[in-house]
Amino acid sequence: MTKQHGNRRLLLVVLAFVTLLVLAASIRYGAIDFPLSEISRAFASILPGHSEPTLDQRIFLELRLPRAILCLLVGASLGVGGTLMQALFRNPIVEPGLVGTSSGAAFGSALFFVLGSVLHISTSVWSLPFAACFGGVVSTYLVFLLARSKEQGRASIVMLLLTGLAVNALFMSAIGFLSYIARDPQARSITFWSLGTLSGANWKAVTIVTTSTIIGTLIALYYSKQLNALMIGEEEATYLGVNVNRLKWIILTVNVVIVAVATAFTGVISFVGLVVPHILRMVGGADNRFLIVGSALTGATLLTLADLMARLVVRPAELPIGILTSAVGVPIFILLLRRRQYVF
Amino acid sequence: MRLMLTATNLTFRVGNKALVSDVSLSFAPGKLHLIIGPNGAGKSTLIKILARLLRPQVGMVSYDDVDVSQASETELAKRRAVLSQAVEVAFPLSAREVVMMGRYPHFGGRPGPADEKIVDDVMAQFDVTEFTDRNYQTLSGGERQRVNFARVLAQLWRDSTSDLNSSGRYLFLDEPLTFLDIRHQIEFMNTIKEMAAQPDVVTVGVVHDLNLAARFADHIVILNQARLVASGTPPDVLTEERIQEIFGVKPTFVGSEESGMHIIFS
Repeated sequence: MTKQHGNRRLLLVVLAFVTLLVLAASIRYGAIDFPLSEISRAFASILPGHSEPTLDQRIFLELRLPRAILCLLVGASLGVGGTLMQALFRNPIVEPGLVGTSSGAAFGSALFFVLGSVLHISTSVWSLPFAACFGGVVSTYLVFLLARSKEQGRASIVMLLLTGLAVNALFMSAIGFLSYIARDPQARSITFWSLGTLSGANWKAVTIVTTSTIIGTLIALYYSKQLNALMIGEEEATYLGVNVNRLKWIILTVNVVIVAVATAFTGVISFVGLVVPHILRMVGGADNRFLIVGSALTGATLLTLADLMARLVVRPAELPIGILTSAVGVPIFILLLRRRQYVF
Repeated sequence: MRLMLTATNLTFRVGNKALVSDVSLSFAPGKLHLIIGPNGAGKSTLIKILARLLRPQVGMVSYDDVDVSQASETELAKRRAVLSQAVEVAFPLSAREVVMMGRYPHFGGRPGPADEKIVDDVMAQFDVTEFTDRNYQTLSGGERQRVNFARVLAQLWRDSTSDLNSSGRYLFLDEPLTFLDIRHQIEFMNTIKEMAAQPDVVTVGVVHDLNLAARFADHIVILNQARLVASGTPPDVLTEERIQEIFGVKPTFVGSEESGMHIIFS
């Protein structure tokens, strides 16, 4: 084992520890602060033989706790999604939000909420994430189809970003239209879908996002070696025994599913997937096995911090979390763009 | 089973244009086979077909008398490697990580002690041990190519105790000297020559420089306009009329005992 491997392992342990600390802060502070004694009493109340939870304890168990956990999972999904996109396109400035996945997923969810209630479509727990995935798949493949250049059959990065911009605008306006024609109470406000918020968290959402995040991350980890080989080019990866086309489809699908399912419950949260892998690469190098685990932890930590801020800055009200992630992410994105000329 | 690379009636078209047209060749182990020809002759395409990156519309490539079109990606990668022109890495990887990629087809999850040792050995052999933790992106063209050659060697590594009769190893060179200066070109050709001399290795390459080909090749293949023009030893195929006809320049041959044939163009 080389020095680098040891450092990476240590880094991941530290990251996991920080994630737990931030999670603890996230369940402790917010519109209402829960002292530790209150938290432990709330946990005790679910055990058999204890008294019914008080109102505060129920707020903790039914709102605060699922929100904190959902936030971790969504952050992890977005971080892993960003790592996968960047590995796939061999480019450090791609992220799920930029290539239409998030806005498409938000559109799919909005369509489900509006049409689902009008047409009385039978709704199982999985209908919403399915609708989100559908929207995410449609928009992502639309972007790649339109961005594909005629000569090379490969998407140039400039075309990709510009097409992403256009498709994002299209789906955002479609969401705007849906929220315009929809009536309360079935229509959520447009800010929810376009700016992102975790205020809708519940245990059902946690269950679904846990499933997609864990399965998606495990599949990604399984392919991390092949993704590494892709770093030296598609032809070279083929020579190393990688079926590049198959890998692309699998990874793109995993990415769309984890990001779309997360987006279904939180709206569009941009730039987490862009910033997280970048920070990790600076401290630990570009090995994808490290990046996938690391970006799950870092994404979870950063989004939880952002959510904590969103709850504390204007409390007892709260900011949409997407505003915070964009405010931090956009300057970093511009910095990355300016530092290198991305001509592909 | 013969350790032999055979290509039978290869034709590869893009649209209506044939990039390789009805080429049949065989390449024996232990020798250095070099393909030459003017730009657009189909040299790189032919190498890519032989390495199974491209699938021909007509014809068949076989390694050890077995059709490669059905071989699994991983099985093929254990005994076929390609040294390309210039490998660009999109992210900051250390030179050692790049060399370790050569072992990817050989291990599942993580590299074992044997893989680590092979990587150390080939890095020492190519004099790139000092770059172990250096970012590949910061290396010069010659340094990068040494790292890549180490990677390719790690991929085809077979220790001396293993059974030489098991199966052939196939090394392809796709203009690997293009971005190197003359000293590195000669150093590289010597290393390639050494590798190619092993009795279980079939080595086929594309080079631009006729003099390098004349000096180092055991067997030269000349392509022109997608077709096979000549195949044989350097003195047999590199004739004045043929070079003038294919490359459009008039050659003058200057022979010397120790360095072999030299061609001067006027």
